[in-house]
Amino acid sequence: MSLKRKDLLSLASLSVDEIMLVLETADSFKEVTGREIKKVPALRGKTVVNLFFEPSTRTRTSFELAAKRLSADVINFAPSSSSVVKGETLLDTARNIEAMQADIIVLRHSSAGAAETLAHGVKSSVINAGDGWHEHPTQALLDLYTIRQRGMNFNGLRVAIVGDVSHSRVARSNIYALIKLGAEVRLVGPPTMMPSCVEKLGAKVYYNMDEGLRGVHVIMMLRLQLERQGRAQFPTIREYSRLYGLTAERVRLADAGAIVMHPGPINRGVEIAPDVADSLSSVILDQVANGVAVRMGILYLMSGAN
Amino acid sequence: MSILIKGGRVIDPGKFDGIADVLIENNKIAALGSNLSAPVGGRTIHATGKLVVPGFVDVHVHFREPGFEYKETIQSGSAAAVAGGFTTVCCMPNTNPVNDNQAVTEFILERSRLAGLANVLPIGAITKGSEGKELAEIGDLRRSGCVAISDDGKPVMNSLVMRRAMEYAVAFDLTVVDHCEDLHLAEGGCMNEGLISTELGLPGIPSAAEDVMVARNLSLSELTGARLHLAHISTAGSVRMVREAKARGIRVTAEACPHHFTLTEELVRGYNTHAKMNPPLRTWADVQAIKEGLRDDTIDVIATDHAPHATQEKQQDFTEAPFGIVGLETALPLTLGLVEEGVLSLEQAIQKLTSAPAAAFGLKKGTLAVGADADVVLIDPQEPWEVDSSKFRSKSRNTPFVGWKVKGRVKTTIVGGKIVFEDGPVER
Repeated sequence: MSLKRKDLLSLASLSVDEIMLVLETADSFKEVTGREIKKVPALRGKTVVNLFFEPSTRTRTSFELAAKRLSADVINFAPSSSSVVKGETLLDTARNIEAMQADIIVLRHSSAGAAETLAHGVKSSVINAGDGWHEHPTQALLDLYTIRQRGMNFNGLRVAIVGDVSHSRVARSNIYALIKLGAEVRLVGPPTMMPSCVEKLGAKVYYNMDEGLRGVHVIMMLRLQLERQGRAQFPTIREYSRLYGLTAERVRLADAGAIVMHPGPINRGVEIAPDVADSLSSVILDQVANGVAVRMGILYLMSGAN
Repeated sequence: MSILIKGGRVIDPGKFDGIADVLIENNKIAALGSNLSAPVGGRTIHATGKLVVPGFVDVHVHFREPGFEYKETIQSGSAAAVAGGFTTVCCMPNTNPVNDNQAVTEFILERSRLAGLANVLPIGAITKGSEGKELAEIGDLRRSGCVAISDDGKPVMNSLVMRRAMEYAVAFDLTVVDHCEDLHLAEGGCMNEGLISTELGLPGIPSAAEDVMVARNLSLSELTGARLHLAHISTAGSVRMVREAKARGIRVTAEACPHHFTLTEELVRGYNTHAKMNPPLRTWADVQAIKEGLRDDTIDVIATDHAPHATQEKQQDFTEAPFGIVGLETALPLTLGLVEEGVLSLEQAIQKLTSAPAAAFGLKKGTLAVGADADVVLIDPQEPWEVDSSKFRSKSRNTPFVGWKVKGRVKTTIVGGKIVFEDGPVER
């Protein structure tokens, strides 16, 4: 089985069957990551280039590890620290990389649409590892994997996504996927953090966190970008934390078996109380662990598509 | 040289519409009538089946010289203008250096003379360096040949500075042109704010960013009595406010660009940088409002906001790519599209490309009256063609209309009695 597409750019464009195929493929690689020798030869002879225009530790490391465990050759290319001069277009950079026979390019970029633009310009497969505020499909896929790992069924699942939805690519990818899979998606945060017309995507918006959390099965917290304080989005971190911070008390409003997720890195004591982050309901580290297996599955499926 | 244009349908908006001959002598319109005789030694152009109209006047172009000659020069921009039927163009001052002084104005006029194609009339800056702080020497700009003032590309954000500029401009009866955009509301935005910007994850520019500045400018025009021209309005709100202001007798004119009455924000999908302009492409409802505004003459003028950018600039990712598209060589068929749709009468369409823009800036252009400068364009209104940007006279290729099958083509363009453009084989 393989994904019948050259690139993985968004979850908006993926079908339910394709999403489920990724999750099932990840299952078989999850087993590999638990072995003594965590390596299979599936991508031997293939070259994966991590092209990260934005600083990222965990996503890049996760992709690097995933590719290495599949025996691919991995190159990390961080244009900000390389000889790339400002003004070289994304396409030129990528064509140079392509000329070195890269099979898969994993792209992280601060501009929405960068992955799509790149995908049209190169023959290599492109995996979007986050483009501006647009999408972060592999993060959402690992979130879905983690939910499913807990034995939860997507159909009828109630998920609250809490925080700055307007600037969040993680939120967008999860909204698209969860709604497609039949879940009820609640977006919780102040109106200043809700993108225009977001209800038209099929999500419900809650300005009151307690109401938004009532009876949900999954609480997905978003990282607060602290530098936005005072710049009209929210007055102070203190007030934000009081209104939209996840406390143990608030977790109790959710379904009894609810899980708490966060794409990281977390601001302890801001959007999430330390005891909640470390509690039994927190699956934050499972997300990180699953990230490698899910990305192995994606790389495997993408290489098969070539 | 004298030229006789024979047997075309002559439209001089508000004055004449019928089959007639036009005689050009000594660079002026010498006569308009039937069965005029061919001048000795002159040239006769047979215009049967063609439209014969005043040369178009575009009050909003960016010719990029001085400073950005790799995008466009006054020579290449003028060539694009006359190929599109425009005989007079007013170029915005956001060059480098900014046209905020007599020296730059004179340089532009000199380049225009050297190009010898269209009448290129400079628009001076409202403020020094278009920084929105101190008034430029507006009297000097006027005296050296500027036909209006604007900080286009940017608004004048400080309302007191705008008030003073408008008051001061009254002394010279100079039209003040504003690019209506509240920079705080629009900050970082690169497309219309709405469902599509949310889906694409692109920062949005709300309609309100335009509307609040339109409201402010109308208030200031009312306060000062200045002649106000609103550049490229794109929202239903702007149209509504201008309509109301005109009904109350405020001295305001407004322009709309072909892309704003032809395209919607849907075109941005796929992160198409040729759909990135400022103001951004808006919703279907806004496009309907712009058309209605054109129909009822709330919007007086069709202008292109011709904004050339180099290929490599538009090849950047969407948020980095510059705003703007070229428009001079596609404006005519897109405008005729409105006639085909029944939005405008043919005469109204021609008026919005000729006499209306001339009136907005107080230019003695856009007419075929006897004694007027012989700026004339011959059009085949039925000729179909496909937009091919590689054939543009402009230096730049940034248009979303590539591959569009359109109708209506400029056949001959005459500026000051001189034929400066001819399409296809020359008829003798």
